[in-house]
Amino acid sequence: MAFENLTERLSKAMKNLTGRGRVSEEDLRATMREIRLALLEADVNYDTVKKFVANVREKASGADILEGLNPAQQVVKIVNDELTKTMGEEAVPLNKSPKIPTIIMMAGLQGAGKTTTVAKLAYKLKKEENARPILIAADVYRPAAIDQLEILGRDLEIPVFQLGTSVNPRDIVRQGLAKAAENKNDYVFIDTAGRLQIDDVLMQELKDVADIAHPDEILLTVDAMTGQNAAETAKGFSAALDLTGVVLTKLDGDTRGGAALSIRDVTGKPIKFVGQGEKPTDLDVFYPDRMASRILGMGDVLTLIEKAQRDFDEEAQAKQLEKMRQNTFDFNDFVAQLKQVQSMGPMEDLLKMIPGMANNPALANVNIDAKQFSHLEAIVSSMTPAEREDPDLINPSRRRRLAAGAGRPIVEVNRMIKQFDQMRKMMNQATNGNFGGIDKMMGGSGMNMSSMMGGGGMPSGNFGQKVQNFAIKQAARRLQKAKKKRGKK
Amino acid sequence: MGLFDIFRKKKTEENSEQSKDTVEARANQDNSAEFEIPDNIQETEEKHDQNVAEESAPDDVSEETATQELPKSVAPEIVEQQIYTKGLEKSRTGFAARFNKFLANFRSVDEDFFEELEETLVGADVGFDMAIKISDDLREEVKLENAHRPEDVRDVIIKKMVDMYEADGVNEDATMHFNVNGTTVILLVGVNGVGKTTTIGKLSTKYQQQGKSVLLAAADTFRAGATKQLQEWGVRAGVPVVSGKEKADPASVVFEAVTKARDEHYDILFVDTAGRLQNNVNLMQELEKMKRIIKREIPGAPHEVLLVLDATTGQNALQQAKLFKNSSDVTGIVLTKMDGTAKGGIVFAIRNDMHLPVKWVGFGEKASDLREFKPEEFIYGMFKDLMA
Repeated sequence: MAFENLTERLSKAMKNLTGRGRVSEEDLRATMREIRLALLEADVNYDTVKKFVANVREKASGADILEGLNPAQQVVKIVNDELTKTMGEEAVPLNKSPKIPTIIMMAGLQGAGKTTTVAKLAYKLKKEENARPILIAADVYRPAAIDQLEILGRDLEIPVFQLGTSVNPRDIVRQGLAKAAENKNDYVFIDTAGRLQIDDVLMQELKDVADIAHPDEILLTVDAMTGQNAAETAKGFSAALDLTGVVLTKLDGDTRGGAALSIRDVTGKPIKFVGQGEKPTDLDVFYPDRMASRILGMGDVLTLIEKAQRDFDEEAQAKQLEKMRQNTFDFNDFVAQLKQVQSMGPMEDLLKMIPGMANNPALANVNIDAKQFSHLEAIVSSMTPAEREDPDLINPSRRRRLAAGAGRPIVEVNRMIKQFDQMRKMMNQATNGNFGGIDKMMGGSGMNMSSMMGGGGMPSGNFGQKVQNFAIKQAARRLQKAKKKRGKK
Repeated sequence: MGLFDIFRKKKTEENSEQSKDTVEARANQDNSAEFEIPDNIQETEEKHDQNVAEESAPDDVSEETATQELPKSVAPEIVEQQIYTKGLEKSRTGFAARFNKFLANFRSVDEDFFEELEETLVGADVGFDMAIKISDDLREEVKLENAHRPEDVRDVIIKKMVDMYEADGVNEDATMHFNVNGTTVILLVGVNGVGKTTTIGKLSTKYQQQGKSVLLAAADTFRAGATKQLQEWGVRAGVPVVSGKEKADPASVVFEAVTKARDEHYDILFVDTAGRLQNNVNLMQELEKMKRIIKREIPGAPHEVLLVLDATTGQNALQQAKLFKNSSDVTGIVLTKMDGTAKGGIVFAIRNDMHLPVKWVGFGEKASDLREFKPEEFIYGMFKDLMA
């Protein structure tokens, strides 16, 4: 996931300060140098770095403001605030036109991800607001760019307007807008060709398109892996166009994400969305505060919760809860639940959103094999409908058949069924209001998780449990600390 | 003779060919220098002007001698040089302007100076480690050589970079490898949107024109429209394309293409793969699988695995080079989109860290804009305006 290296370096920089009663000028200078290098190494624009460091230094040296925080915590807080500030304080929503349609135009270099973003954003609006978007294919230069948009539109069931490659993009946009008005589409997306900000002819074309369409939103698409050149690109585009926002793409790579930090500072335009994956759903609203705490390795629980809420089908969830209560939780529900967890994204990424997890060395080299989930699914798929609904039916002979059917060793089948039984028991306890056993459940479900995934590539059998225990311990420690502090006051 | 000396020689050579251009370029440089130098450092400016005035005299002399000395055979080299010079125009002016600004602000060699230097170098994307290394080395050097005047410091820095660049490039083989008997398989890999398909289109045009029979394999079955894009290039270049169904296993397309290329005796097979982020383990394994299949069908293949890098990428390019090298034994690099304002400093970092040769550079959208990488031309193109 992005930012890992930056997170690591920043926490190393600030580690020097922990455990000290007061921070001397010398300590502060060393720390600031480390922070500066960390940011430069992460491709943050050097002017931005200069400003950032100057601001933090100024605030830190004049700080005995907050009681209850030790100097190190205070510096962390200042850095956190400054990061948030640099990235723009608050999430900025999409501009919307008071009357339909809202016109959204894309701009950016070649290969930044404009077409993909158009599809993702249109799909997001369609899903969340029941919108009726239309996509205008105005990239007549890159071979097959129109095909790409058409295929995406077909897959996502969003109409695409195109006139082939021999028509001037200005005319395509004109006619596309007429078409949208005719169809009463509420969102119009204009996908433009990638271009260099120094290409005068193509930039003029972009200006003309903007004059024709009067877009409510002009989004600059920037690759999160861009280096120092991000500033140049952003400046070039914002000089030619009235940009309203930025979309940062490919943030699922292992980039240190300097562009995320510099772009707001350089352009003064807010980052509105971030693309973090190849699926059409992998586009998220950008929250500067959450991003800042993620960069500092403090986790991002809010996003985790939101992800869970968005990706979990509420109805299915309610049904499952009901089934748990009645103790009729069966393998069908088990698979449904697995799928829901999977749809939230890679396990590693989810784990790292839990506070204290991003920097946990135990997680550094974890690669949870996505196939483990499909193995479990295969075993369930090998069951007869009767077996799925009545797990008690499964005797050793049936288990052998399941193993053969799923192509997995029989121990795996046994393990899974055992865990399933445990899970069912615990759910029963919990839902019947017996929360005394909740500690047991935590441990138990932890074990469940771990051995569910632990068959193959995991470092140790009950790894999941370790992770959970660790998280719980950390949370408990934090609670105690907070209590003590309050006690002192 | 080191590269550093080559610069000086080239400068005179070039003067003979494009003295007008150079004068213009210099005029521009003067303008930019004037523009950027704050009022309080007029002295340096004057010195600068003086330098230029002094130089113009020897230049005239060298112009004559150079024209006499130059045999006709130098011509193609100079054409190549012009392409680099032009292609790197934006990169260079960015780098040179920044560097000149840095030197203009220079007063004395102290901690601030090194901090500024680090920023200047990082600003050119030369790579963080390399920037730190240069500034550390320079601390020593400046003391030893007692460099105090801006020109001295500048010379030391450039010499340092050229030397490092040269030393790191020793034993690097930047030529393309071909299968002497049978089909040469060239695999292109890289992250999303760097220009893999476009590069294949350009390369196949190039080899087709050289009279080689070329086959393309559209193994990017994932991205919408990728196959169409390659087919379009195939039509333009007049070469056949093997493609599979949408979302088919790319390895199946590779298999089909490799057997076809082998049985029908194509000279070169280009395999286009889907863009993948280097930290996506599953997709990297998919790449390994494709490679295995190629190797199984044609022993010794793929003969080239080219990693395509976007020149605007920052430090992450190193990470890309590292992880792709691990999983698919990259043999060389194609640096695309160098016609933008990208500083291309990442070439230094890659040489320094990975010892992977850059084999091709993309300067524009046309097929002829993809050039074989000439390390000397490249560094010359970068530093041209800095060498007085």
